[in-house]
Amino acid sequence: MIEKRYLKNLKTLSLEEQKKLKETKVVVAGCGGLGGYVVEMLARLGIGFITVVDDEVFEETNLNRQIFCDINSLGKKKALVAKERILAVNPEVAVNPILIRIEEKNAKELITGHKAVIDALDSIPHKILLEKACEELKIPLIHGAVAGWYGQVTTVFPGDRTLSIVYKNHTEGIEKELGAPSFSPAVVAGIQVSELLKVILKKGEVLSKKLLYIDLLNQEFQKIEVSL
Amino acid sequence: MIKVKLFANLREGRKKEVNFEFFEGINGRYILKTLNIPEKQVSIFLVNGRDKSLEEPLSNGDVVVIFPPVGGG
Repeated sequence: MIEKRYLKNLKTLSLEEQKKLKETKVVVAGCGGLGGYVVEMLARLGIGFITVVDDEVFEETNLNRQIFCDINSLGKKKALVAKERILAVNPEVAVNPILIRIEEKNAKELITGHKAVIDALDSIPHKILLEKACEELKIPLIHGAVAGWYGQVTTVFPGDRTLSIVYKNHTEGIEKELGAPSFSPAVVAGIQVSELLKVILKKGEVLSKKLLYIDLLNQEFQKIEVSL
Repeated sequence: MIKVKLFANLREGRKKEVNFEFFEGINGRYILKTLNIPEKQVSIFLVNGRDKSLEEPLSNGDVVVIFPPVGGG
């Protein structure tokens, strides 16, 4: 028997696939614009274990887009608010909040034992170090990034090194000048979650060695081949 | 002729697509300079769908696609 909460998932997933999600451990690195939406969607999908890594607290400037940020959560640690929210949505999900920033020295330890990692970080150097750590531990990384009307998603399998190719020597993106509205993180997060689901269930086509570049101002979605 | 397609905010103040007359030795650096695009605004520089360096000479008929870096979370 399937729980009622997952009945509508079953039009998309098989019973076996739904059970598999319950046994899956995923890391969400960053719990801001992208990470908040990702955590919410993973919990509703029925991912059994979610490790949320974020050292920041919610600030007023997060209110325009970060789904876990509201008047009551201002000043609170983002990863702890995420846990509280998920308990209210789906108490079957084990959420492990980690209140530190991912750095080179701790990245591998934080992601060990997980099936996949979601990149919802807001800094290019940190995204690159996460790609390296995932490659060393042979864990797939589902990358997302946003800036203004634009966004991008790719799924990095060990050896792809897509982020190192795409970002080259850049340490900052155009988000510094274009900001982050409410809708682009939601779009990018949704695509990241669909990629994660396919990686876990080994189905469909994933964006390995391909970057999906999203332009919501002109509604142009470009899939670009990126390889060494 | 070389067709150059610009994406995201690289279009601001420019056209979506710009055509360049082909000449021997034309490369990515020349195109960026002509379009007044600083190299730090370029993350992906693709020629016929493949990542290419800015120094590499282009061929007549090439299609160039340029994207800026996106890094927010």
